[in-house]
Amino acid sequence: MRTILYLLQKEFIQVFRNKAMLPIIFIMPLVQMLILVYAATMELKKVDLTVVDLDLSETTTRLTAKFEASSFFHLTRAQLSSSETDQMLLKGKSDLVVTFPQGFEKDLKRNNEATVQILVDAINGSAAELSNAYLQTVIGSFNQKIRAEMMGVPKFTPPQQVSVIPSYWYNPELNFKFYMAPGILVILVTIIGLFLSSLNLVREKEMGTIEQLNVTPIKKYHFIIGKMMPFLFIALLDLTFGLLVAKIFFGLPFRGNILTLYVFTSLYLFLVMSIGLFVSAISDTQQQVLFVSFFFLIVFIIMSGLFTPVESMPVWAQNLDKINPLYYLIRIIRNVVLKGSGLLDMTRELISITFYGLAMFSLAVWRYRKTV
Amino acid sequence: MNQLLGFVKKEFTHIFRDSRTMIILFGIPIIQLMLFGYVITTEIKDARIAILDHSNDNVTRELTNKILSSGYFRLEDNLQNEHQIDPIFKKGDVKQVIVYEKDFAQKLEREGKANIQVIADASDPNTAQMLYNYTNGIVQDYTKKKYAGFAIPVQIKSEVRMLYNENMVGAFMYVPGTMALILMLISAMMTSITIAREKEMGTMEILLVSPLKASHIILGKVAPYLLLSIIDAVVVVLLGNMVFGVPIRGSIVVLAFLVVLYITMALSLGILISTVANSQQVALFISGFALMLPTMLLSGFIFPIENMPVPLQILSNLMPPRWFIDALKQVMLKGNGLEYIWPNILILCTMTVFFLALSIKKFRFRLE
Amino acid sequence: MKETKAATGPIIQVKELVKQFGAFTAVDHITFEVQKGEIFGFLGANGAGKTTAIRMLCGLLEPTSGALQVAGYDGYHQREAIKRNIGYMSQKFSLYEDLTVYENFRLYGGIYDIPRKERIRKTDELLKKLHLEESRDKLVGGLPLGWKQKLAFSLALFHQPAVVFLDEPSGGVDPLTRRTFWDLIYEAAHHGITIFVTTHYMDEAEYCNRVAIMSEGKIVALDTPAALKAKYQTESMDGVFLKIARNKE
Repeated sequence: MRTILYLLQKEFIQVFRNKAMLPIIFIMPLVQMLILVYAATMELKKVDLTVVDLDLSETTTRLTAKFEASSFFHLTRAQLSSSETDQMLLKGKSDLVVTFPQGFEKDLKRNNEATVQILVDAINGSAAELSNAYLQTVIGSFNQKIRAEMMGVPKFTPPQQVSVIPSYWYNPELNFKFYMAPGILVILVTIIGLFLSSLNLVREKEMGTIEQLNVTPIKKYHFIIGKMMPFLFIALLDLTFGLLVAKIFFGLPFRGNILTLYVFTSLYLFLVMSIGLFVSAISDTQQQVLFVSFFFLIVFIIMSGLFTPVESMPVWAQNLDKINPLYYLIRIIRNVVLKGSGLLDMTRELISITFYGLAMFSLAVWRYRKTV
Repeated sequence: MNQLLGFVKKEFTHIFRDSRTMIILFGIPIIQLMLFGYVITTEIKDARIAILDHSNDNVTRELTNKILSSGYFRLEDNLQNEHQIDPIFKKGDVKQVIVYEKDFAQKLEREGKANIQVIADASDPNTAQMLYNYTNGIVQDYTKKKYAGFAIPVQIKSEVRMLYNENMVGAFMYVPGTMALILMLISAMMTSITIAREKEMGTMEILLVSPLKASHIILGKVAPYLLLSIIDAVVVVLLGNMVFGVPIRGSIVVLAFLVVLYITMALSLGILISTVANSQQVALFISGFALMLPTMLLSGFIFPIENMPVPLQILSNLMPPRWFIDALKQVMLKGNGLEYIWPNILILCTMTVFFLALSIKKFRFRLE
Repeated sequence: MKETKAATGPIIQVKELVKQFGAFTAVDHITFEVQKGEIFGFLGANGAGKTTAIRMLCGLLEPTSGALQVAGYDGYHQREAIKRNIGYMSQKFSLYEDLTVYENFRLYGGIYDIPRKERIRKTDELLKKLHLEESRDKLVGGLPLGWKQKLAFSLALFHQPAVVFLDEPSGGVDPLTRRTFWDLIYEAAHHGITIFVTTHYMDEAEYCNRVAIMSEGKIVALDTPAALKAKYQTESMDGVFLKIARNKE
């Protein structure tokens, strides 16, 4: 057992002696955290809306004013021909163009009906849908208003009303950063843990230093553990810094038990590093390791539920997620940090990652050959 | 010139011989596109909810039925009291709890008003909000039909046209983004790592003392990745077109020019990184951290730039993929030509020249 | 000296040993024995199969067929036991360049379970002998090649193995350094350590007690240098080698 201490000592010295890597290990993740969390926002803040009012009547002016009053739209009034509006959209100067045709008010008064034309740049489908929906809400409430004015009384209100009152737990202000910060932290911790450990092992192969170790009676699992521990330690350190940054800059609440999070993260890192070391055990060069790891990392990230809820994915994808380590930790960290879930609330996840980790570790030890 | 050709050939065989590398170089874009096309969706379907019905009368049961038959929700549990809500959220499966107040039907009948409380797990704020909107919509629809008994005459109608993406396909967003990401991965990351590898293994010195010119060595290293990138770009465009119906409305020539320009930019960025990095690990982490994540998150690939805080919007101007993705969308989806995308082209050109100049300067400095 | 199972008799026994990589036979039915305390040379051109052979003897490669015993342990099933009793110095310098001289000794001392006090004493002793005391806390990567090789050799002997395997130990150094390197080898042999060395420098073969000459995976000659020179009627090992090569043609 003492052997492993010597191995750990060696790995730690090597990591901390590599001056080029130190800033990468400790500063980059924090900078990333700061930038990416701010960048990752789904809230639509400002939609460029152009109103082309060819009617210039009282009604159209009032409705335009309603659009303008909403903080959602950034409104431009313009008298444009249809080819000019096309240009606005093609150049990306406007996301939405609302056109009131000539005779709009006349139509409304005569036929009780008038049509407004809405053009939406729909390349970003979800944003387009959202801004259109918002536009429709404004038009809808304006409809009710003018109808009430024209008919005198709000007849259309049904006699019975059910109000549905939302109450948003754990994040009453619907702060999207609270959602993204823990998720991005998981990605950063994964990159540090996975790549540092797996590249480190295969580097010894490339440099030939592993041969000298392979002719010693060193135990395979000692060697593998030696490759894990320093990076586990570094990754947990990065997790701690990341949480502090999130707390200070985004005001991320921490409702759970910090120890619970460390237990889960350690188990997770054990799993991820085992996978990484398995990959490096079957590879000869850092480049190969890199390719394979990147491939899986990208797939794992996309499927992890970082950006979109796992529940919305097709069933086969949800089943596939059972072997996606990131899926577990992203779910766990959000539950622990935001809701204060404990080990007992997530026994299923606990059992899954522990056994998964042990299986991958055994696989890595088994596949690491002391022969050439 | 012959030397150069021989060297390029050697580099090619190196890369193409490794089947693992090849599989991954072509597997990544294909699988990524498929995932984006089929897996990623913000649509809500079968969200798990729990019901806490203090009233349990005809109306609440009918409402519950309406909610559950909408397809958006799936009943996970019926709760007995408020204390069960927190624990069930902590397990993480249930996203929303619907609470009917006591004597719901009676109140509605007598006072004309009754309350439903929707408690949402807002640790995922978007989903929480969406679920609430769906629930509210279903409930309002139900009461209107049941009690109002008449349809409301609509007066201002809107005629909405979703331009460039009539069917609101997500792939229209993801295909350009994936292209930017993949090309960055192959061109910048792989190049920087290959060159760093030569340095790390000490073989760079051997190459440098050989009669090959330094520029030829770099060219030889870069050429295979240029070719691979182009092939990958073609794969992505074809796949997007045939599987997801992403059109190419603009000129193919402009598209090809744009792609090659971006690849050149990424390659020069890779060379620049390799002049700074002495080992593969350093090269990886610089390109991984400084390129990949920003390419995904600061370029408008996943998150629209307009929504970001102003400092980040300014920062995103420095991200080459931002200009590429924007131009790509214009050409492919809007059918715009050079008269629209010339600023993007100019910016990408400037960046390329800048990266190359800087690497040449760094390279000279090292040799002295 | 550590206890080995075969305290008497040959320390390395190889019989009909074969290693194939796919269709290519790198080592083709070789048979020989090495006695305790011997300096045994393995000669041959590049690609003759020397490195493959030495890697099998060290337990780095599993043989395809044939019998192999080192220090009394079987080369198929007891490779880890073999590793406890051997030292190895590879063709390519493989100490940690980003660790200091002392740290390298500490690591390998730890791996072989040498008690701390003994390890420190022996490290100091060795560094003194090699005149490397001042480099004790320098990074190995910054040392001249000749020093590195002496270090690698001392490290291979650090845990007092029964046999030391040296795979082309003196490649790329000047003749003078090579000479002092061989002084170290003699000294180790004097202390009863068996030396197994591969080389393609024919002059080095003269320093060995016995040499085996390999060509295309086979052993084509095996005897003392003097006997070989007599047999092929030449003055040097170089001549022996050339004559063997000519005979083959």
